Amino acid sequence: MIRTDEHHSCKGTPMCHSDQKQLQSNSMKNGYHKKEKVQKNGKGDGFHQPRVRGEDSFEEAPMYVAVLTYMGYGIVILFGYFRDFLRAVGFEKCHQAQEREEQKDFVPLYQDFENFYKRNLYTRVRDNWNRPICSLPGPVFDVMERVSDDYNWTFRLTGRTIENVINMGSYNYLGFAENNVDFLKTVAEETRQYGVGVCSTRQELGNLSTHEKLERLVAEFLGVESAMAFGMGFATNSMNIPALVGKGCLILSDELNHTSLILGARLSGATIRVFKHNNMQSLEKMLKDAICSGQPRTHRAWKKILIMVEGIYSMEGSLVRLPEILALKKKYKAYLYLDEAHSIGAVGPTGRGVTEYFGVDPNEVDVLMGTFTKSFGAAGGYIAGKKELVDYLRSHSHSAVYATAMSPPVVEQIIRAIKCIMGVDGTTEGQRRVRQLAENTRYLRSRLKEMGFIIYGNQDSPVVPLLLYLPGKVGAFSRAMLKRKIGVVVVGFPATPITEARARFCVSAAHTREMLDKVLQSLDELGDDIKLKFSRHRSSYRPELYDETDFELDS
Amino acid sequence: MDMKSMREYVCWLYYQYLLITGIYVLEPWEKSIFNTVLCTMVAMVIYTSYVFVPIHVRLALEFFSELVRGQPESTVALMNSP
Repeated sequence: MIRTDEHHSCKGTPMCHSDQKQLQSNSMKNGYHKKEKVQKNGKGDGFHQPRVRGEDSFEEAPMYVAVLTYMGYGIVILFGYFRDFLRAVGFEKCHQAQEREEQKDFVPLYQDFENFYKRNLYTRVRDNWNRPICSLPGPVFDVMERVSDDYNWTFRLTGRTIENVINMGSYNYLGFAENNVDFLKTVAEETRQYGVGVCSTRQELGNLSTHEKLERLVAEFLGVESAMAFGMGFATNSMNIPALVGKGCLILSDELNHTSLILGARLSGATIRVFKHNNMQSLEKMLKDAICSGQPRTHRAWKKILIMVEGIYSMEGSLVRLPEILALKKKYKAYLYLDEAHSIGAVGPTGRGVTEYFGVDPNEVDVLMGTFTKSFGAAGGYIAGKKELVDYLRSHSHSAVYATAMSPPVVEQIIRAIKCIMGVDGTTEGQRRVRQLAENTRYLRSRLKEMGFIIYGNQDSPVVPLLLYLPGKVGAFSRAMLKRKIGVVVVGFPATPITEARARFCVSAAHTREMLDKVLQSLDELGDDIKLKFSRHRSSYRPELYDETDFELDS
Repeated sequence: MDMKSMREYVCWLYYQYLLITGIYVLEPWEKSIFNTVLCTMVAMVIYTSYVFVPIHVRLALEFFSELVRGQPESTVALMNSP
């Protein structure tokens, strides 16, 4: 392809003959055409090999599980209609918000399925969410005990605390949610110097020197030219996408993108098309159609085509197919927006995210976005990329212009976390944590697979969804785990498809082997008790893997 | 001893039934309603099968045995008439 272009470009000029011969000889030197490279190794030192990504597993449950799930939902929905009837007739008091008498003839506010679901299904098992916590969300935490006297419509705290509950739900991937005094010295210093509130936006009087330091550090950490930090992770997506694309642009967004990306895309006013999750054929077909037919009615060319994907999808634990998307992006001249909320700090040999995991040059991704909430133990988000892009966002993004700047202790926490991971502070603590996280992830995933649970996602992602399917088991699982002093997050209908309720574990570098073993043992018992081991690919029982030999080889 | 483990096993089976049908999330009086309705339907099925199945089986057996007996008679009649 390139050769013929060069050939054509030389046609008109008088000196082209000799140049042509040279060009031809240059490109034919190696004996093959210089094809488009799928992935470029940006480092060039050979240390970071381009990694072949393991396959994501999305095993399907046996048929009887799907049938029973539908049956369970059917029965509970029937009872929901029965209870609604009782409330309408007046036998039962309605605890949820209701329209006033005068408004009964207007368009009904609470009749749609979402409100029905909330009244009749969600409220019955509501005690598994929004549990109040009274310690920092480290690897173990304290949960306040609460009971309900009227079937989860109201709660009251008993005053007792459930202590040392193992935390399998917090996004604490590298264990930076800690209150160790030694690690937090610089944060305390910074608070003493700058206080806590900034009282202004970045554009007015809120641009502190710590913010500039943070942005330079983030750019260096990621390996790009420039970066900008925002106070809120959700707002980073929803307020910056409208600044990048507008009417006349096309957004190709993955099926399972996060709400912040969807909200930003909708706010921007661009045309949105959704491609199937991680499906490159679907994406390529859409790109081809978009370029061939152009905008909907006028058939003009699209101003911009933006592909929006995430590094790790938080409900499935699957990794993005980055090399293929980069190849497609180059071929069809589209832009790529990569949301690394869960993957920054958590994947990659040194914690730099999916670009490092795949051995790809981060400068090839047009917009790198991430959050500081998950791996860095702070709050906020960043957008990184070329200097022109970030300078443009500084003046045109809603979040940059109107939102209050980040608070100085939070900024310092991010700075010390990044320095720790990079090793700049002189210790190997950061790298130890990254390696520990990878080890914990592999251990937990392989053991859960062995036991026979259905786990979604890539083998290297620290987000581990364990499928529960049946609505009755969702509540029972969460309550039983809390009784065994393990705190888990279960997710049901609006966030996941209705038949695929799951429990989501977030592995942390701060979890020790004993904690993981306790969790695995409880899951084993509970899996047999509640019958959760649906997997049909159960591998044969393997004996315990020993860390070091504890038997003598020659006695 | 055996009674105790039997009781535990039956309790565990009831727990599985609660989880699988989704009744686990309902309030106790709703559980009772569902159990009553289900038991009534099962009782009706058992009663109907107890009353009607032997009669139907006997009738079906008579029908088929008549078919078999009827065959040799009609062939004999055919052979006898020239």
